[in-house]
Amino acid sequence: MTQPASDDLLYRRPISLWWWTKKRTYFVFVMRELSSIFIAWFVVYLALFVRAIGQGETAYDDFLDRAASPWLVVINLVAFAFVVLHLVTWFSLTPQAMVVNLRGRRVPPAAILGGQYVGLFVVSAVVFWLVMG
Amino acid sequence: MSDSIMLRVTRYRPDKDREPAYQDYDVPLREEWTVLDALNHLKDEVDTTLTFRWSCRMGICGSCGMNVNGDPRLSCATFLTDYAPGPVRVEPLANFPIMRDLVVDITDFMEKLPRMKPWIIRDEELSVDEGEYLQTPEELEAYRQFSMCINCMLCYAACPVYGLDPQFVGPAAIALAERYDLDSRDQGEPQRLDVLIEHEGVWGCTFVGECTRACPKDVDPAGAIQRYKLKAAQESVKAFLLPRGIRR
Repeated sequence: MTQPASDDLLYRRPISLWWWTKKRTYFVFVMRELSSIFIAWFVVYLALFVRAIGQGETAYDDFLDRAASPWLVVINLVAFAFVVLHLVTWFSLTPQAMVVNLRGRRVPPAAILGGQYVGLFVVSAVVFWLVMG
Repeated sequence: MSDSIMLRVTRYRPDKDREPAYQDYDVPLREEWTVLDALNHLKDEVDTTLTFRWSCRMGICGSCGMNVNGDPRLSCATFLTDYAPGPVRVEPLANFPIMRDLVVDITDFMEKLPRMKPWIIRDEELSVDEGEYLQTPEELEAYRQFSMCINCMLCYAACPVYGLDPQFVGPAAIALAERYDLDSRDQGEPQRLDVLIEHEGVWGCTFVGECTRACPKDVDPAGAIQRYKLKAAQESVKAFLLPRGIRR
């Protein structure tokens, strides 16, 4: 077994604060982590929306007016882009994290991935039907 | 095709240098030459002081890991022609302290491995008379992928979490724990879980996934760690909900 080297002879390389810009995969990872902030933003935004509905028609109209302001539209567009990134990256990681066995056989990763998108589509369709129907 | 390529190699002599520096060498660009062949050519013909680790030259011993153009690679399996016209940057494995030139200090990894108890643990050993522990092909297949690890530490060099927090147990060690947990002959899962459920165990991992991309043996340590998290979470829920007597 290797003998521990005398510590003062070892050179420890410092890690740059910008390590995550040096490789595309690191960058995507940090953006994926960052996307959680925008998920939190939408949760807060939705909660405020529900509260406005609860407070009556004036509050609801005020909320819609504010939502149409240019800066809020820009924030929400950026947030939406990050939510899409969040969804795509985490969906694609699921088959790696979960081993699903059906009748003694491992379900192929593509099927797990496809299942998630089907689930997303079904839930979205139900929500769409509830809101618009 | 040019007949030579430049190798930009990290040099560090601990007794003389305060910090590492690059040294450039021209080496013949031959179709069948790997980065390791080029380094051996340099050591034999140009500069005998150049220091690096290697052994088998066939991707099985796991000694010759280096960062080639920033990516952790087995230098014996990395061909010069893929980097033509060069230069090819050859650096010691990232995230490990440098001992000399391309040699890194692997003490940390050597201390982490046995903490995973990477051997078959039995509550009660069968006697020799009772015969061997038999396994079906399916039972072998359950852990075979994780048994392919050659301890080359490329995954540690690829992992930014390990770079930022060297306390993190790291990808290969956790994949090895999973290799024994999934072995039908083994009963050591609770013992390994005790180590891995700590903060510096599986929960240190943020699923960057770079370990799996770096692995030359398709072990998928990132997958192993996420599966371990699931197992650890289930154990925590069980510990919270069930009385002590009927757990496990």
